[in-house]
Amino acid sequence: MREFPVRRRILADKSFKVIILLLSFACILPMFFILFFITSKGISVINWSFLTRLPKPVGEAGGGILNALIGTFMLITVSTLLSVPVGVFTGIFLSEYRKGKLVYLVRLSIETLQGIPSIVIGIIAYVWIVVPMGSFSALSGGVALALMMLPVIITATEETLKLIPDSLREASLALGVSYPRTILKVVLLSGLSGILTGILLSVARVAGETAPLLFTAFGSPFMGINILKPVNTLPLMIFNYATSPYPEWHKLAWGASFVLIVFVLGINLFTKLVTRRWKVQF
Amino acid sequence: MESTILKIEQFSAFYGATTVLKDIKLSIPENKITAIMGPSGCGKSTLIRCINRMHELNPDATVSGRIFLDGEDIYATDPIIVRRQIGMVFQKPNPFPTMSIYENVIAGYQLNGIHLSKDEKEKIVTDSLRKAALWDEVKESLHRKGTFLSGGQQQRLCIARALAMRPEILLLDEPTSALDPKATSHIEELIAQLKNNVTIMLVTHNMAQAARVSDYTAFLYLGELIEFGSTGTIFTAPKDKKTEDYLTGKFG
Repeated sequence: MREFPVRRRILADKSFKVIILLLSFACILPMFFILFFITSKGISVINWSFLTRLPKPVGEAGGGILNALIGTFMLITVSTLLSVPVGVFTGIFLSEYRKGKLVYLVRLSIETLQGIPSIVIGIIAYVWIVVPMGSFSALSGGVALALMMLPVIITATEETLKLIPDSLREASLALGVSYPRTILKVVLLSGLSGILTGILLSVARVAGETAPLLFTAFGSPFMGINILKPVNTLPLMIFNYATSPYPEWHKLAWGASFVLIVFVLGINLFTKLVTRRWKVQF
Repeated sequence: MESTILKIEQFSAFYGATTVLKDIKLSIPENKITAIMGPSGCGKSTLIRCINRMHELNPDATVSGRIFLDGEDIYATDPIIVRRQIGMVFQKPNPFPTMSIYENVIAGYQLNGIHLSKDEKEKIVTDSLRKAALWDEVKESLHRKGTFLSGGQQQRLCIARALAMRPEILLLDEPTSALDPKATSHIEELIAQLKNNVTIMLVTHNMAQAARVSDYTAFLYLGELIEFGSTGTIFTAPKDKKTEDYLTGKFG
């Protein structure tokens, strides 16, 4: 009888573990490099006036990103208000009715929507809203971003609600609670943390979108809080400043990048917190 | 002779083309415990799910025949009204995970949008938890989540939640099959106490449980009602051969 190759097995076992570890480590490296690079380039321009002042014309020192910050928050608010109701209700529909032609059609549309390049979504919002209204606007940018958020919110809602045990729905119905109330007050509420996670992740995803905003929100050097007028956003500002020939503006672009990345990172961490805190135990 | 609270007449239930219940005829006496017994798949759960119209939640489900609660045809009444009069407790304890113990008990009112004053709420919560023999264990922690309780306590919370609606009938669908023996005996004692307040129908595949707690027993086999009578008679002198075979362990 041949000797069982124990040593070789142990060696293979160990090297496999080492390979997995190395590759996983390689995977987190870019993130740290990006963070480090942007922080080292951008943090030097960050101060109170950078966050609270408007941009200055070329040649003048100083200037801040206040209008871009406000524009970004406006766009996120508009797109969230538009996409959350539609997305959550579509998600409810898909989790409640799992078969049928309409379900198939809805699912197909969501998958297609998810695959549409963001620049094309920008063009659509341009044709739908900018052209008829005759002006670039925060509203059109919000619509474009809402279209990008929709698939994420729908999928998150559907997957979360599918995991809610039927026994809860039965418990509610057996108390004589109507179907809509059962869905809204029992099923949806039990899945709140998952749905909220989906919404936050979709916000984090669109916060840095530039392409769909190029011909919708457009950008503006001025302060704007009218959703029917063009507004500046962080990504647009970074794009415009970084492609300009002025070193002074390049610096501001790094600073804006730093702010944007901190914002996105913050949302992601907050999402983790929500998931952990609000997790419902069945 | 006791008065009849629920009358089932020529009642059949189907899933698509499959017949699950065939021509059931049964009168349930008021303020007694009636056990529905039989092997798996005999239609016991379907029968009680037809009584509070939960059966029809399955899109393939249909029924024929009639069921009368106090002389009123429940299939001519809105299911929402029926379910408020006929409470149900399920196999697996299912307290609402987002709600505290307190909120769980009054969930039937809250979810239905029925407004209660603070005093009414307090009274309903206290009464229902007392009736469900859970008050002493949870009175200090009413505002903790119901899901922190043990399985047996959760099931008693579900009973309290059903009792809070002051139903005329309480349907129990194998309420102890997910519980350990100690919690089971606790629930059985509770069921015995409850019959002064409410008529109970208890589905069980555990013969010993039917014998221990019920006043009347119905034996179902392959969707047909084989025998119905007082529990003493059924267990000591069954009329039907099938009942006897089941009780003596020849099948099931």
